[in-house]
Amino acid sequence: MTEKTILYRGAEAEICLSNYMGYKSVQKRRVRKAYRIKKIDDRLILSRTKGETKLIAEARKQGVSVPIVYDVDLKDGIITMEYIEGKRIKDIFNDLNKKERIDICKKIGVSIARLHNGGIIHGDVTTSNMILANDRIHFIDFGLGEKNSEIEAKGVDLHLLMEAIESTHSKYSDYFSYVLDGYKKELKEDANLVIQKIEEIVKRGRYR
Amino acid sequence: MICLGIEGTAHSIGIGIVKDTKGKCNVLSNIIKIYRPEHGGIHPREAANHHATHVADLIKESIEAAGVDFTDINLISFSQGPGLGPCLRTAATAARALSLSLNKPIMGVNHCVAHLEIGRGTIDDCKDPVLLYTSGANTQVIAFAEGKYRVFGETLDIGIGNCLDKFGRAVGMDFPSGPKIEKLAEKGKQYLELPYSIKGMDIAFSGLLTASEQYYQKGKRLEDICYSMQETTFAALTEVTERAMAHTEKDEVLLGGGVASNKRLRDMVQTMAEERGARFFVPSKDLCIDNGAMIAWLGLLMYNSGIRMKVEESLIDQRFRTDMVDVSWRD
Repeated sequence: MTEKTILYRGAEAEICLSNYMGYKSVQKRRVRKAYRIKKIDDRLILSRTKGETKLIAEARKQGVSVPIVYDVDLKDGIITMEYIEGKRIKDIFNDLNKKERIDICKKIGVSIARLHNGGIIHGDVTTSNMILANDRIHFIDFGLGEKNSEIEAKGVDLHLLMEAIESTHSKYSDYFSYVLDGYKKELKEDANLVIQKIEEIVKRGRYR
Repeated sequence: MICLGIEGTAHSIGIGIVKDTKGKCNVLSNIIKIYRPEHGGIHPREAANHHATHVADLIKESIEAAGVDFTDINLISFSQGPGLGPCLRTAATAARALSLSLNKPIMGVNHCVAHLEIGRGTIDDCKDPVLLYTSGANTQVIAFAEGKYRVFGETLDIGIGNCLDKFGRAVGMDFPSGPKIEKLAEKGKQYLELPYSIKGMDIAFSGLLTASEQYYQKGKRLEDICYSMQETTFAALTEVTERAMAHTEKDEVLLGGGVASNKRLRDMVQTMAEERGARFFVPSKDLCIDNGAMIAWLGLLMYNSGIRMKVEESLIDQRFRTDMVDVSWRD
């Protein structure tokens, strides 16, 4: 690594263009935060880098499209992975036609169900963290994810996406139901239990 | 135009009088009286009694401080929600009485949105901020998107102030505990590991509260626990705020709510903003805590944008959500 081209500067990490043994790749570099004390900073960077790498590998086993991880540097919190040439769902969602949008929502639901089938909670399911490439939706940014098979965790995960669609794609907030259609079809256990949980979480929120 | 606003969502009854000067908020007076329970937390009925006892005098005091006459007031606004029912009803009743007796229009406003608008109204460069609103009951990250103020992140269980107060009560501090915890935290030396719970842009504090109480029962130094609580909760709050800024691609951050008085929280959010090349804003203390001026200012903005409310439509809403407000006064 000589110079770095920053593709995107997120809240906790920089995504830099890189080259890994001839493959076009990206590096996700978790940035140290001056606002928090070193102990918290170290703990978050280490656990998230480690956790993300593990969850990406597990997600692939469940049949969810994710970037291939080439290298991990736990000391500096750097993950080197495949560059996915595509478009963020966030950027294209509002411009799709109805049929395409329904189709994308169902695919999102199927992928989330596959993650949940493997006890994987993504932890930040927003349309910014999904890339459409070759007709497949790739999931990225598992940094807030965890292994958890509880209905509660699955409900919180889906509730996040519901909120993300409401706030970022408010015109299409009812499209969340198509996500649930895809989810129901693919989930091995009774999806209605999770859907009931989402309703419970909504009511639990303040002022609902 | 001059508006008198009545705030009464929780422990504070506040009367503020504001005037619009070239689109900016000119605060003429802002009188606040805070109910302090002798022990324990806020009892809604007792807080409401406190408000009812003082509201009339405070209105007179505010009129006097503003140097205006009752006949100069063009609009009466009040906090319609969210908040404690008995307190909201007291403020609303006072507003209706004023509106009818002065024969001036009434406007009910959303308390959380008022916290954001007062920042935009009183700080010159603050135009389109992400608001980190932290108080006793409320912890929300709010920003304007697609015609509304939307909640990008919020607490999944209790507000940050509530978390600090509950811990304070468990270790024998008076209400509110935040300022005492801040003092003790300055003497903290050792960081004790606490749950750091964020889900996307949402946040949870109850696990951390339990863990902190357990540290206390095990005899850990109170200063260290307070320090660890502040460092952990504030880092998480700063992180969700930064996430919302990245997500909405905004480069201004505004603080609001009582917990925004905490210096450590201010420092953290300011440092985060500097690292992102964003601007950091915090209103003066009396405009950060619950106050009538912000209620008056939002009422004025709404009225000027053409919104009207009849007295019979001025019912309070304890669960008035931030994103229920149609923001017709912004493009």
